[in-house]
Amino acid sequence: MRQRTEKCVVTFRTTAGAMAMEAACSAAGLPGRLIPVPRSVTAGCGLCWAAPPESREVLEELVIKKRLDVDGIYAIIL
Amino acid sequence: MIYLDNAATTRTKPPAVAQAVLEALSSYGNCGRGGHRGALSAARAIYETREKIAALLGCPRADHVCFTQNSTQALNIAVCGLLGPGDHVISTDLEHNSVLRPLYRLRDAGAAVDFVPADSRGRLDYCGFERLLRPETKAIVCTHASNLTGDAVDIARVGRFAREHGLLFILDASQTAGVLPIDLAAMGIDVVCFTGHKSLMGPQGTGGLCLREGLEIRPFTVGGTGVQSYSEAQPGKYPTRLEAGTLNGHGLAGLSAALDFLSETGIARIHAHEDALARRFYKAVRDLPGVTVYGDFSAPVRAPVVTLNIGDLDSAEVSDELAERFGIATRPGAHCAPRLHRALGTEEQGAVRFSWSYFNTEEETAAAAEAVRVLAREALEG
Repeated sequence: MRQRTEKCVVTFRTTAGAMAMEAACSAAGLPGRLIPVPRSVTAGCGLCWAAPPESREVLEELVIKKRLDVDGIYAIIL
Repeated sequence: MIYLDNAATTRTKPPAVAQAVLEALSSYGNCGRGGHRGALSAARAIYETREKIAALLGCPRADHVCFTQNSTQALNIAVCGLLGPGDHVISTDLEHNSVLRPLYRLRDAGAAVDFVPADSRGRLDYCGFERLLRPETKAIVCTHASNLTGDAVDIARVGRFAREHGLLFILDASQTAGVLPIDLAAMGIDVVCFTGHKSLMGPQGTGGLCLREGLEIRPFTVGGTGVQSYSEAQPGKYPTRLEAGTLNGHGLAGLSAALDFLSETGIARIHAHEDALARRFYKAVRDLPGVTVYGDFSAPVRAPVVTLNIGDLDSAEVSDELAERFGIATRPGAHCAPRLHRALGTEEQGAVRFSWSYFNTEEETAAAAEAVRVLAREALEG
């Protein structure tokens, strides 16, 4: 398995919300990618945005600016 | 084959549509079910399609575009999810059964429904909206254009009336999305129901609803969503709220390509071409002995439809002659619009509907008019 590092993880209430996040980050040139939601965040299913930990602040600003449908933002070792 | 049955479905699609469906069929996983490349490809394509529909129909939020199989399903979701026993609804005589049957079912469950009448030429009496208004009126459900005559409803006017009286406005855009301007936000519309396979030029099995923000629609179908698996209730956020089960990702990839074509070509240009052909045909047949044309051609804006009868001939026979002798595809009979057939007096005879798309030509239109001329002459000669 890969080496675990801290990530900033953003979760969503809909798949459309995840896709909107990816599109917004891509347009803003922000690093990260969509991954399946890890169980340490929530048991269940769906996609989340995993980004470098230092991007949390800028991601939070983006979420507000673009009215993205976010469920939560977490710092997690993945 | 000269295909003039585009109000039923557009047969000729932009070539990119089939290509997109083919590529999707050989590469997509299931949107929202996993984070691998195939699933993400489908999810991205579907989201892009939401964005394009939102832009086309004036929907401020892409996540308020919810996909269905067609506009019938969308209308059922809107009517059943927003209205209930005790409510009063105003609709019109122009409606298709996709509006009428959900409303009749609602009426049987305890709601009241009234219809703004159409005259013998199929024209709506707009004063009827005011006349039918009651304290318990909750919504207006109406078509943007009659599938039978092509006559368009002034939806900005209906939207203003709905706003003035605090009514919901549910619009059936089956015949107009992609050919006439629709702006949900600017026109005071709460729900636009659309289908992908007609003037949007996409595949069958695609359609949906565009929603005003803040609208609470009870889900019609509940089930798998790819999110909140342990919740017993359907997730409440749009579009997931109204999208239980796997979406038609392959079809929506085709719709996305069709929307690119519409955007590049421009719906004003598309409508101008189709409208010019329909009016050319109308002028060529309107004065032929024995030919009766339905609808109001004095209206500046209408859908590209011309519906007619020849004498008292069965419309099914005329349509069959057009297909077999002249290679022209039309639709005969009753057009799922029973109230308008009654208003026009064509319940028994039905009517032959010619309907155009951007891919029809002047030559095809002239050939169709000539075929009507021949059949009308033969009918007169007995």
